[in-house]
Amino acid sequence: MGVAKYIKNERDEVEDVILQSGIHVKPLYTARDLEEVGFDPEKDLALPGMYPYTRGIHPLGYRSRQWTTRQYTGFGTPKETNERFKLMISHGQTGLNVAFDLPTQMGLDSDDPLAEGEVGRVGMAVDTLRDFEIAFEGIPLDRIGVGLTINAVASIILAMFQVTAENFGYSKDRISATPQNDILKEMIGRGAWIFPVKPAVRLIGDTIEYAMKELPRSNPVSVCGYHIRESGCSPVQEIAYAFQIANTYIEEVLHRGYHVDDFVRGFTFNLNVFGNLWEQVAKFRAARKLWAINLKERYGAKESRSLLLRGIFGGGGYGMTKAQPENNIIRGAYYALAAALGGAQTTALCSFDEAYTIPTPRAALLSLRTFQILMEEIGLRDTVDPLAGSYFIETLTKQMEEKILEEMKRIDEMGGMIKAVETGYVQREVARQAYEFEKGVQKGELIKVGVNKYTEGEEMEVELHEYRQESAEEQIKRLQEVKRERDNRKVGQLLRELEKAARQEKNVMPYLLECCKAYATVGEMTKVFKEVYGEFKEPSIF
Amino acid sequence: MEKKVRVLIAKPGLDGHDRGAKVVAQALRDAGMEVIYTGLHQTIDQIINTAIQEGVDVIGLSIMSGAHLPICEKLMKKMEEKKIDDISVIVGGVIPKRDIPILQRMGIHGIFPGGTPFSELIRWIQEHIKPRP
Repeated sequence: MGVAKYIKNERDEVEDVILQSGIHVKPLYTARDLEEVGFDPEKDLALPGMYPYTRGIHPLGYRSRQWTTRQYTGFGTPKETNERFKLMISHGQTGLNVAFDLPTQMGLDSDDPLAEGEVGRVGMAVDTLRDFEIAFEGIPLDRIGVGLTINAVASIILAMFQVTAENFGYSKDRISATPQNDILKEMIGRGAWIFPVKPAVRLIGDTIEYAMKELPRSNPVSVCGYHIRESGCSPVQEIAYAFQIANTYIEEVLHRGYHVDDFVRGFTFNLNVFGNLWEQVAKFRAARKLWAINLKERYGAKESRSLLLRGIFGGGGYGMTKAQPENNIIRGAYYALAAALGGAQTTALCSFDEAYTIPTPRAALLSLRTFQILMEEIGLRDTVDPLAGSYFIETLTKQMEEKILEEMKRIDEMGGMIKAVETGYVQREVARQAYEFEKGVQKGELIKVGVNKYTEGEEMEVELHEYRQESAEEQIKRLQEVKRERDNRKVGQLLRELEKAARQEKNVMPYLLECCKAYATVGEMTKVFKEVYGEFKEPSIF
Repeated sequence: MEKKVRVLIAKPGLDGHDRGAKVVAQALRDAGMEVIYTGLHQTIDQIINTAIQEGVDVIGLSIMSGAHLPICEKLMKKMEEKKIDDISVIVGGVIPKRDIPILQRMGIHGIFPGGTPFSELIRWIQEHIKPRP
């Protein structure tokens, strides 16, 4: 594992292909391969919309419903972000996926000294409800589902989103929010963690429990194999780790006395699309099947909607290159094809300029057009799971399945994902593979066009998004205004109530809603949690 | 025995994308250097203190968020205040070409944008950084 390899002889014939997941691809597949892997069309496939859902979760696939398109969007102030949301929607985008800046992701207010230089840089800055009121002004929140890419403080942001929607007249049972809310993957890959593992997982449990009762159309957690893959793991580990993370969250809620059918329908997944096309398609098909089996056999789920792996398949960031950036437009089209052939419910693509900085509007629109061309021009809506029955794809799907189960078992034997993260096992495994991958690319074992083959020397110039320092200043000014205008005594009292609830291990969501309504800041609410829970310490992995 | 170059790989600020930092740490170690990795979310003061305590020859900052200019400026100013002139600072990450001369003017010794081959980085360190006696 590590990097995909192509072994060639001196005549440039391909003698062996080893996928990133370690599976050897044969030059020819026949019915015999299906026999060898024990493929049973009734048991392994059934029909789309039927258990085990290998072929898709809807009987008619994209005929009945196109995928939702949700480019990751947000920068500068809420006003600038609101304008970009509206631009994307006016061009046919059907959902939103909000990018928050690093201070917001880390629970710091824009005027915190640690936030300096980062306010509004990689996403939108959010301090109080006032910011959300500006960001979502004029967005039909009963029609447009909103992904909130936030993890450590997802509970706070989900509460803030609900209050915003209600203030705009959308009742909570009509809105669809998908906070990312996956802290274990932050500890493995993306790094935006704050609290220690156990209380951080408990906060996720609070949001799931709350959404189960109060937000019937929302998906309180989006488990991200995506970022673990971005950090270096193989496609097999991407799924295995994501499932074991999801199992951890399931168990957190089961401990509270619920049945898995009560809440697991709110789980979604965020999975990656770069790399070998066939391997990704087989990965998605195998994942759908294993998730259904996992729910049924491990947790005794009875309802069919509990068994469905729904997800955003997209991004592809690590496949994109800084060299010859326009090549990323082509790569993105193939990655989106993998998502469509894999049966994604929702999609998004990293834009071609994202190896440099966050996308310009032109680059973001190109990603959107990529999806529209696939679905509306070249025939990806025609028929459901078009690769089913292929000797190669079905064999590979079975092989991926087996490897994913092996990897899941490894985590089980370790005592589960919390242990595997606290000890640094997964982080070490991911870092090791990232290094192997990089060495493979630098040795030319894996071709990256424009990077290690067909290079052009001088870097080409692309138009880049410009960071505006003035946006940060405007943001801080608004925060100070809000703090002057709000009822500070009431805020202080509500924060003390939040602290009490956190200490007593009550579900904190109702308390967060009250704090948000009173314009408490993200930083103030996070500070309360830090005092009660403490902070995560990274295990040393070297 | 010949003394090894000691390198501190540091992740300053809020950015948590550490794939590059961890990969470079492994590559430099394989090239025979002693590598210390700070972990995430380090303040400038923490980085400088670790560098002094560990007696490193070079600090390698990894910055992916785009905030390399303010972060490097702050670090260089702090180093000057503390009169530290025997530790080189190099930076890697998402660094646009146009920012390279600005970083050089701040006194950043080496700049290695994403995609720089290990061999180039290792050669540069071997040529420019001598382990302290």
